[in-house]
Amino acid sequence: MKETVVIIGGGIAAIEAARQLLSLGYSPLIVERSNSLGGHVAQWHRLFPDMTPAQDLVRQMISSISQAEICLGTEVASLNRLKDGYSVVLSNGRNVVCRAVLIATGFDLFDARKKEEYGYGIYNQVMTNRDLEQWFNTGNDPRVRNPKSIGFVHCVGSRDLKAGNSQCSKVCCVTAIKQAIEMKERFPAAQIYCFYMDLRLFGKKYEDFYINAQKDFDIHFIRGRVSQVDETIDGGVVVKAEDTLSGKPLKVSLDLLVLMSGMVCNAGSASIAGMIRADVDTDGFLRSKDNVYNIVESNRPGIFFAGACTGTKTVPETISEARSAALSIHNYLKG
Amino acid sequence: MIYQGKQKIWADYQKEIPDDHWYYVRSCIRQNFFPGSEKMFTKITRDDLGLDMHENAHHTTCGGIAYHCDTIPQETVMTIVARQFALMTEAGYENYCCSCITSFGNYIETLESWHEFPELEARIREHLWKSCKREFNKPKYIAHTSDVIYKHRNEIAEKAKFRLVDKNTGEPLRGVEHIGCHYNKMFPSKGVGGAEYPYVLCGMIESWGGQVIDYPERRHCCGYGFRQYHIKANRGYSFANTHKKFESMEPYHPDFILTNCPGCPYFLDRWQYVTAETEGKTYGRNGCGIPVFTYEELASLVLGYDPWDIGLQMHQVAVEPFLDRIGIEYDPGAKYLGVNKKDLGRPSLPEHMVCF
Repeated sequence: MKETVVIIGGGIAAIEAARQLLSLGYSPLIVERSNSLGGHVAQWHRLFPDMTPAQDLVRQMISSISQAEICLGTEVASLNRLKDGYSVVLSNGRNVVCRAVLIATGFDLFDARKKEEYGYGIYNQVMTNRDLEQWFNTGNDPRVRNPKSIGFVHCVGSRDLKAGNSQCSKVCCVTAIKQAIEMKERFPAAQIYCFYMDLRLFGKKYEDFYINAQKDFDIHFIRGRVSQVDETIDGGVVVKAEDTLSGKPLKVSLDLLVLMSGMVCNAGSASIAGMIRADVDTDGFLRSKDNVYNIVESNRPGIFFAGACTGTKTVPETISEARSAALSIHNYLKG
Repeated sequence: MIYQGKQKIWADYQKEIPDDHWYYVRSCIRQNFFPGSEKMFTKITRDDLGLDMHENAHHTTCGGIAYHCDTIPQETVMTIVARQFALMTEAGYENYCCSCITSFGNYIETLESWHEFPELEARIREHLWKSCKREFNKPKYIAHTSDVIYKHRNEIAEKAKFRLVDKNTGEPLRGVEHIGCHYNKMFPSKGVGGAEYPYVLCGMIESWGGQVIDYPERRHCCGYGFRQYHIKANRGYSFANTHKKFESMEPYHPDFILTNCPGCPYFLDRWQYVTAETEGKTYGRNGCGIPVFTYEELASLVLGYDPWDIGLQMHQVAVEPFLDRIGIEYDPGAKYLGVNKKDLGRPSLPEHMVCF
């Protein structure tokens, strides 16, 4: 009989780890609290830098784990250390005993309402990056009505001590560029502005993406944080910022403002960590054994991590980490 | 505008305001600008609401104006504040309420500084003892007087003789609120409703029958701003700030402006005259300005006090059209009569703004 490995979470890290564990001869059990697999990526439209359809990727990944056992709409009620393993009690009453548990609980998107000055949830024409991705997917959002001017605010809830998050979310800069290009393709007459602190475009083709946005799509990049957003009498918004390159304050009227909400630790991660006394880092994400050589390992034997539960990650990083975690689990179980 | 979104933020920024037993301190400048406001605050709280509102003649400036003009060391300001607290302690009170927004910010900043740096508090206690031989307890609660009126706004509404409603149309009058910067921009959690969407004045307008309207420069400074008025070589910067606000609110056609700061009603009122005289432009109906009220004045009006007893003749912008729309009666001939019918004289009328 194949040995069971419990995977907590149902995003792309969990799916990829399950796929690898299946190929290594184990029986992965995915425990996902929502009613579907794929996590945040399943809600996205296209992925940078090649504009890969996100749902195609997720579908392809899910199809590769048909042999895995999946418990949707299920949470971990308790996780207890045994002599040489763990007892995992699920919210459906099932008790699973296993020697290894993979935590792949991912991240939460920063609640943009906390940045009150940007007016999300207050002004009609303010939306988040996730809202825009949903509009790309469904074409259904009353806020998107042939906008003539669109703004993107980078670093919403990221690198922001006032919001309690010092970490960079890594993906917002390039996501903003991606979304700006997608909007320009749909609304060629629109003026599009990106308000940024600095651009962190470290990944393959990211810089090319940025240059194309300026050269081919005429997207304006303004270095300066938005200080205030207000609603105009015609229902649009007016944005105040400082262009720190020219050293001048500016005010722009926009039909649509998109806030690039960053990644914060998943609220459920800390609760699971608390069940087994795994460490939580100062940024709220789970703490790896070390951040260079053993990112997928915890300070508890048999507890492994994959994906954004330990910090902000891109999709390729998450997938690589999931493969690494599966291999580490295999090595651990092999003894 | 998503009203429910604002309601959520308002729910997050509620503060505890005690029911009664207040040690009340006045503002340095309000009694010169709009002298009826503080008088009406004590009258309403004591006579209409039955509150214990204690005053002490030995109270002085809090040092806030000098502090925000960068002309006084902070430790001196804190020692002045410590003396005010000593007077409160000696009077046997622990709930402190101040009429001035800058004082409110000053007191909160002082207490927060002492909380973060206890050695600073110890030093100030030493300064106070050396200079005055006084000791003090820190207030249990600090409120601005607008907080107190906010807390009792529904009680005032129950006792009101008038509502902020156009008597001819039945439509609510449209008010814009302007919060003093030092009320909530320094410490958002200390103000009712927070810094971005403050509720303290909105709550009063809504309770008394009016409609709050938003406009893009709602959060902008009234134009006082201390340094930009007292320190700069001319008043142009101050005026430019106020002008920006009026240009922004103009398309929304507000019927009145409600304020809770000593400087704001003064600057929003007086600079309308300057705009009218320099540009020939007025922002109210029929060549008038937009009347600017303090919350005490507005509370007094809805409670049915005589407009001239509450000092509305001290306003540059005529208030009569506003009174007429609500149906508040007044004697035009008594506008410039003081105590015992003493003739106060009549001011000359502006050329471009309709006044009476």
